[in-house]
Amino acid sequence: MMHLLTQSLTTLLTAFRRIFASPVAGFLNILVIGIALSLPTGMYVLLQNAQGLVAQMSGAPQISLFLSMDAAQEDVNKLRRQLGQHEGVANAEFISRALALEKLKESTGLEDVISGLGNNPLPDAYIITPKQTDAKSLDELRNALQRLPAVEHAQLDSSWAYKMEALLEFARVAVLILASLLSLALIAITFNTIRLQILTQDDEIQVSKLIGATDGFIRRPFLYFGAVQGLLGGIAAWLIIATSLLLLKAPLATLSQLYASNFTLQPLSLTDTLSLLLFSVYLGWLGAWLSVGRHLSRIAH
Amino acid sequence: MITFNNVSKRYSNGFEALKQVSFELNKGEMAFLTGHSGAGKSTLLKLIAAIERPNTGSVLVNNLNVSALKSAALPYLRRNLGIIFQDHKLLFDRNVFDNVLLPLQICGFDHRESCKRVRAALDKVGLLKREKADPIALSGGEQQRLCIARAIVNRPSILLADEPTGNLDAEYAQEIMNIFKSFHQVGVTLLISTHDAGVLRDDQVRVISLKQGEIQCATSALTTATESA
Repeated sequence: MMHLLTQSLTTLLTAFRRIFASPVAGFLNILVIGIALSLPTGMYVLLQNAQGLVAQMSGAPQISLFLSMDAAQEDVNKLRRQLGQHEGVANAEFISRALALEKLKESTGLEDVISGLGNNPLPDAYIITPKQTDAKSLDELRNALQRLPAVEHAQLDSSWAYKMEALLEFARVAVLILASLLSLALIAITFNTIRLQILTQDDEIQVSKLIGATDGFIRRPFLYFGAVQGLLGGIAAWLIIATSLLLLKAPLATLSQLYASNFTLQPLSLTDTLSLLLFSVYLGWLGAWLSVGRHLSRIAH
Repeated sequence: MITFNNVSKRYSNGFEALKQVSFELNKGEMAFLTGHSGAGKSTLLKLIAAIERPNTGSVLVNNLNVSALKSAALPYLRRNLGIIFQDHKLLFDRNVFDNVLLPLQICGFDHRESCKRVRAALDKVGLLKREKADPIALSGGEQQRLCIARAIVNRPSILLADEPTGNLDAEYAQEIMNIFKSFHQVGVTLLISTHDAGVLRDDQVRVISLKQGEIQCATSALTTATESA
């Protein structure tokens, strides 16, 4: 066990040495892997942030029911009973047209203008808090409420958030496609690097096989090399993203101040960072495994 | 130790390297494999290490049918064999010491134990003082000895040598032969191919003579000598 550990350690050191043996080529490889990984990861970070922003701004969804202007008190009472019995409604708050006018005066400071209007232009309204908050049931509830008598208009207040959510879903799939394609690119890069290495070490591989090396023994240093290269690429990607976020910080702060928001970009979480590094290690390892496997199957003796 | 039963080997280009070859080499025996180039000497040695597989017949090493071994089992067969290749197959990207170290790394020996064994092997072939040298800087005879050191560092029970004295002058060749004899004395089974009849001069060892892939005679050198006398 101890011996296996020292042997693995030696092989690992050899892998590092091989990368730094040709520093320029090694650095370029790592840079290419870093850029390839940073594109989807960076988009993922932006997506996460956009999602947070949407959630922060939309809050709990509500439906505003505006009654028709000519609705009588009787209709209002009838509607109250119907809303109380409706299974999709958690709470219904009545806002009379007089109260609505008061609120409007308070919040806008347009007291003079509103006083000059003569009669109150606002309808009676109910603010409905729904039980189910997923997009589909909200939509169904809004349609159902719209059909109730005396209701002029039912408005889903957070519908824009759902549209945004759909847009984000679209973007998520786009990132996934990009990530898959660039992962393939990463495997291809490692495959090729290892192939070139194998060519320069063909003698060693041939001799080793002839004097009793198992395929595992021959494969191991290349696998370690692929994994180490992947890891360094992953670290490069992380640095690229961290630097970009740092550069975006100041302009975003100005922008967010203009919108009277205190929105700040969140960096990659620890879990996401670990996933990124593990994934890049795995892809490097896989590229190496495919490359050595192909070579070993060619020298069958 | 090594048994050939009606072994034939035909290469994919149609060349028939061995035809119905049968012989047996006992444990601790030392034998020379002679014949002109192209007689099938190298092929015969390759069949023992399962570098090539026979078309018919069977090759037994330690009662193990190597011609039917799965490729995953080959490494463990080869670790019991010391092979001295005709073209040396030394690695020129590392020094003498590391060349000899390779088989031990493959077998997974402890580092300290490995160093001891490498030095012992180098000492045996008289290269201990050159352990830091690059193989390219060695003379032909020294390279051959390095090859022997690598083959024996694992302390195999069987040693196969393909033309170990091929390009060496008589003095060097005799030196190499003396090394082989010392292995023979400690009980190693040896099969040495050579087209150089000179090295066989006064040796009382067995000779297996091949001609165009067939065994001509598989007698001891003593009988050969008596016959010619």
